[in-house]
Amino acid sequence: MALLEIENLTVEFATAGGQFRAVDRLSLQADAGDVLAIVGESGSGKSVAMLAMMGLLPWTATVTADRLQFDGKDLLTMSAAGRRKIIGKDISMIFQEPMSSLNPCFTIGFQLGEAMKIHLGLSREARRSRAIELLDLVGIPAPEKRIGSFPHQLSGGMNQRVMIAIAIACNPKLLVADEPTTALDVTIQAQILELLLKLQQETDMALILITHDMGVVAETAQRVSVQYAGQKVEEQPVASLFDDPRHPYTAALLAALPERAHSRQLPSIPGVVPGQFDRPDGCLFAPRCTFATNRCRTEPPERAKGDTTSALCFYPLRNGVPQGHPGKEAAE
Amino acid sequence: MIAFLLRRIGLLIPTFIGVTIASFGFIRLLPGDPVLLMAGERGLTPERHEALLKQFGFDRPLWEQFLDYFFAIFQGDLGQSLVTKEPVFSEFLARFPATIELSLCAIIFAVALGIPAGMFAAVKRGSTYDHSIMGTALVGYSMPIFWWGLLLIIFFSGILKWTPVSGRISLMFFFPPVTGFMLIDSLLSGQKGAFTSAVSHLILPTVVLGTIPLAVIARQTRSAMLEVLSEDYVRTAKAKGLAPVRVIGVHALRNALIPVITTIGLQVGVLLAGAILTETIFSWPGIGKWMVDSIFRRDYPSVQGGLLLIAAIVMIVNLIVDLMYGLINPRIRHTGG
Repeated sequence: MALLEIENLTVEFATAGGQFRAVDRLSLQADAGDVLAIVGESGSGKSVAMLAMMGLLPWTATVTADRLQFDGKDLLTMSAAGRRKIIGKDISMIFQEPMSSLNPCFTIGFQLGEAMKIHLGLSREARRSRAIELLDLVGIPAPEKRIGSFPHQLSGGMNQRVMIAIAIACNPKLLVADEPTTALDVTIQAQILELLLKLQQETDMALILITHDMGVVAETAQRVSVQYAGQKVEEQPVASLFDDPRHPYTAALLAALPERAHSRQLPSIPGVVPGQFDRPDGCLFAPRCTFATNRCRTEPPERAKGDTTSALCFYPLRNGVPQGHPGKEAAE
Repeated sequence: MIAFLLRRIGLLIPTFIGVTIASFGFIRLLPGDPVLLMAGERGLTPERHEALLKQFGFDRPLWEQFLDYFFAIFQGDLGQSLVTKEPVFSEFLARFPATIELSLCAIIFAVALGIPAGMFAAVKRGSTYDHSIMGTALVGYSMPIFWWGLLLIIFFSGILKWTPVSGRISLMFFFPPVTGFMLIDSLLSGQKGAFTSAVSHLILPTVVLGTIPLAVIARQTRSAMLEVLSEDYVRTAKAKGLAPVRVIGVHALRNALIPVITTIGLQVGVLLAGAILTETIFSWPGIGKWMVDSIFRRDYPSVQGGLLLIAAIVMIVNLIVDLMYGLINPRIRHTGG
């Protein structure tokens, strides 16, 4: 049994125009020591799925799943109070915008100490010394001075280090990093990723890294789950994903990487992610897929029961060639 | 910090001059003059009228009277009441504690009810609670003070006979003022029942005067809270596993209070304006009632001096609120001006 088991997680939001499905039957597993990357465009439901797992979505969201288990405990049927004992302790999360994710009215020390107080019951002195230790661990110089600083007195990179310190304060078993480097400049990005990986290796926690940056994925992850319009389109170990992507979407994403481009003009994927009102009947990627056939446009592809990682496609690629594809003529 | 303070005080000077001109001018726009009103129904001959005006100096050109008044202010002299012949400043001081006591109770009432009501409405946004709290606030905000006061008197004093109609304390009690605050003085006097009597006299005026600030504070708290609740740091607080009480009451409230504090500061002006009506309705012997009485008597020095002092208080309170900002919002602590 894995540390985190998600099976057919679906999240729907009540909107003025009806129900909007942000996450569609997503299945994931993560174990201690795993580094799993979830990649996808904006709006593909990466963050929503993780927020749903932690119970942090607003009341307009409806979360359903066949299984949503952490460490053998069912998060779905658990009471809010029961979930709060796990959130912030065994599962913690780092967010995209370090500047706005920290409360501007409280000192770094206060915000660091909070989780230790409620989850570990540490005394004021113990919290202080542990906070200094954590700030030191995440590479903040002069931590005993910084502990009294407010977030606006630190840079974005420093604030993200503080967020990481808060997240690992109670030695979590699972750390979810939601685009932790998107708001930071490139040199700081590398430092933050390095720090996350170092902490992950030292503590053997599971790390789920949400990102839309394939470069980040290549450098950090062991396994990659690719998400499109709320669905997982495929999951593979990082090396084989980059070598031989199975889903046309993954292949198109990889082809759009500047370092892989062969022509002067960067390849791009035509069209946009389907929204609430233009959801296709068949495969969600069909309108943008170069291999789409009539079957793709009318019939949604399904995985066999128990299979959670293969490509969600009628004609999965093998070395760039769609398998079982009826050919160009039939595709028209 | 000091540069900031000096700049803010510098801004007060033109306001202050404006207030002296306005307070001096407006009372003189009213028809009638103090001499006629003192003479009352008996009337007086035109010759006698002229002579008396000359005696008070009201026959001189307005600008001359104004300059006299203006320069006297800088010597700390607000003039004498035409009616009581007492210095305006000591008249003001004698009545000021009554108004402070009432205003403080009103603002405490407004804050103590308004902030929780606004928070509750924000947390339960869109619910029946939200709509009824905001509806009530709108009604409270729109209610004319004098009408609201009379309604309460009719119901609680007239029909239910729970509270007295007017005054600060029952006539059965007498003790010399020590602090000028009836709640404290009645306790100090040691007389049985005096404190209860003072409290019962205070309840209705407090509710009447506090209603508009209560409505304003509740609405402001709700909107500030709604804005803050969708902030990233609130999600961070939830992600730590904090209980909703702590997320809302500590992380969100502290940020939501920033605009609310400004609103509370601005209510001081509203309170002093409201005190004029409230004190008149409840015969509360404070500066509001004193102002109204002075206007009816065309007691020029009292009206202009009183207005000036009230304006000064409002300006000073607003300055204090600005300074307090830094306490609650670390981002604008005035370091280096």
